[in-house]
Amino acid sequence: MLLFLPLALPFTTAVLTLLAWRTPGLRRTISLAGALALLVSGGAILARVLETGPFAEQAGGWPAPFGITLVADGLAAAFVALTGLTAVLALIFARADVTAAEEHAGFHPLVHAMLAGISGAFLTGDLFNMYVWFEVMLISTFGLLVIGSGTLDGAMKYVGLNLIGTVAFITGVGLLYGTTGALNMADLHARLMDRADAPVLVAAALLVFAFAAKAALAPLHFWLPASYHTPAFTTSALFAALLTKVGVYALLRVFSLVFDTPGTPIASLLLGLALVSMLIGCLGALVMPSVRRVLGFSITASIGAMVLGLAVGTPLALAAAVLYAGQDVLVKAGLFLGAGAIHRTTGSEDLARSGGLWRGQPFVALLILVPALALAGMPPFSGFWPKLMLVRATLEAGEGWLAAAVLVMGLLTLIAMARVWADAVWAAGPAEATPARLPAAMLVPLAVLAVLVVAAGIWAGPLVAFAETVAGQILDPTAYIAAVMGQPVAGGTP
Amino acid sequence: MELLLAVLVGALVAAGAYLMMSGRTLPYLFGLTMISNAANLAIFATGRLTFGKPPLVPGDAETLAGAANPLPQALILTAIVIGFGLLVFALALALKSYRGLGTDDIDAAAAEERT
Repeated sequence: MLLFLPLALPFTTAVLTLLAWRTPGLRRTISLAGALALLVSGGAILARVLETGPFAEQAGGWPAPFGITLVADGLAAAFVALTGLTAVLALIFARADVTAAEEHAGFHPLVHAMLAGISGAFLTGDLFNMYVWFEVMLISTFGLLVIGSGTLDGAMKYVGLNLIGTVAFITGVGLLYGTTGALNMADLHARLMDRADAPVLVAAALLVFAFAAKAALAPLHFWLPASYHTPAFTTSALFAALLTKVGVYALLRVFSLVFDTPGTPIASLLLGLALVSMLIGCLGALVMPSVRRVLGFSITASIGAMVLGLAVGTPLALAAAVLYAGQDVLVKAGLFLGAGAIHRTTGSEDLARSGGLWRGQPFVALLILVPALALAGMPPFSGFWPKLMLVRATLEAGEGWLAAAVLVMGLLTLIAMARVWADAVWAAGPAEATPARLPAAMLVPLAVLAVLVVAAGIWAGPLVAFAETVAGQILDPTAYIAAVMGQPVAGGTP
Repeated sequence: MELLLAVLVGALVAAGAYLMMSGRTLPYLFGLTMISNAANLAIFATGRLTFGKPPLVPGDAETLAGAANPLPQALILTAIVIGFGLLVFALALALKSYRGLGTDDIDAAAAEERT
């Protein structure tokens, strides 16, 4: 039953928030309670995975590979828990950020439908169901983007370009079924072992395209900087923290479990996409004129670094990718909510027009500085360790130039973040007006995220150990497959 | 039959890609619809194409030998439903965007922002 909770709870919450349509206060309370319940269920799944290793549940008792399988291993469980945490913090922030008109247009039901889609994509054990959960997520984000945006231009590009990825996804899944007769990922693992013939590679290429578009890897990233600066800050924080991670999760899952990636053309393709993303993301972040536009490009750069870990493929590199993706959820949420705080206090998020926060409210300014430095990979913040692991992994693999690429990306990100912080926070505001006070509902999530980012940097030992366990599960999916197929686990401690 | 379907899929993708490169919202969405239908037809072909078989298993047999696999058809059914919903949403969005901007040029808003 446990694995169905992260799907059932958000859907139930979505319905309840619809029923409470006429009472905004009740609607917000239900919404926040639903997010808390999602966090608790994600935590319970994570605790069970840590205790007993990967486990699976079959909908309606139909045995795998015929039924609908939900399965949690370390990677899926950690991401579901992080989804719940981000949702709770974002919905607290939303109390001060999201307008009554946006709430009336369906903000809360759409957020929870999106959360259900995200949790489903993390927990499903079946490739076609992953497509369906992607669609649930996508259609909810369409709604969220439209209700929060003044202009529809960004939404139009987001919709148009994401639909191409959708078509590639379903075509790849269809071809894979046509050539193997299976859709369950654990089943596909056995059937695709040692296969690299044309239909399999075509399906793999289509899935790389679909997931890379979802993860905003360059050159398929154009929808992201065109749209993420348009909706409410809460919405873009949820998007930035979670949506691209679903793409990264799908790459990590499918190109380890389903396809045997190391040493194939797929690994080279992923490596190329990763490097181009790191370069384009950093260069774009250096020139953009407003806080969220800079952050939009920096998402592409971070995703590139995560995919670099997958492309290198050694245990340490995969652990780095997992840790990078996990801590980046908190960092991106902190930065986008920080952009909201800048906008609230100074009236603008344009680098040229905002500023003055440092003089008026230095505490808030510091809360924004913490995730900015973490994004650049400065110690002692959470972003430092995965970058260090990635540099070490590339050096151990004998690819010194990849280590150099990671370091250059860190430097360029630091310059981009310094520019944002100096212009939008540190510099005096153009009007010399004192910035407005930040409401407690905005201050609390920012403070919690900053504390978590610092804590994850200082007490990184257990997190690194967990990331290494997850990387082990990714590289040797025996326990995962045994959990899905219902065989006794052979030596199956996580 | 497979050859005919393959040619049709190719023609639909070619026409769809051409429309999508027009730089206008409505032709873009029509092109996208063509490509997603081409994808559905390609998946349809992976489940074997058979003519005139009754959907009944003979009394002494376990399976219906030589018949088309119904699972890809079920996948397509799901994909059609999802694709239809997304298309309707995208069309409504395109219409609203056209009413707001007075043009269906995809880059109009960005060009306006630059000036």
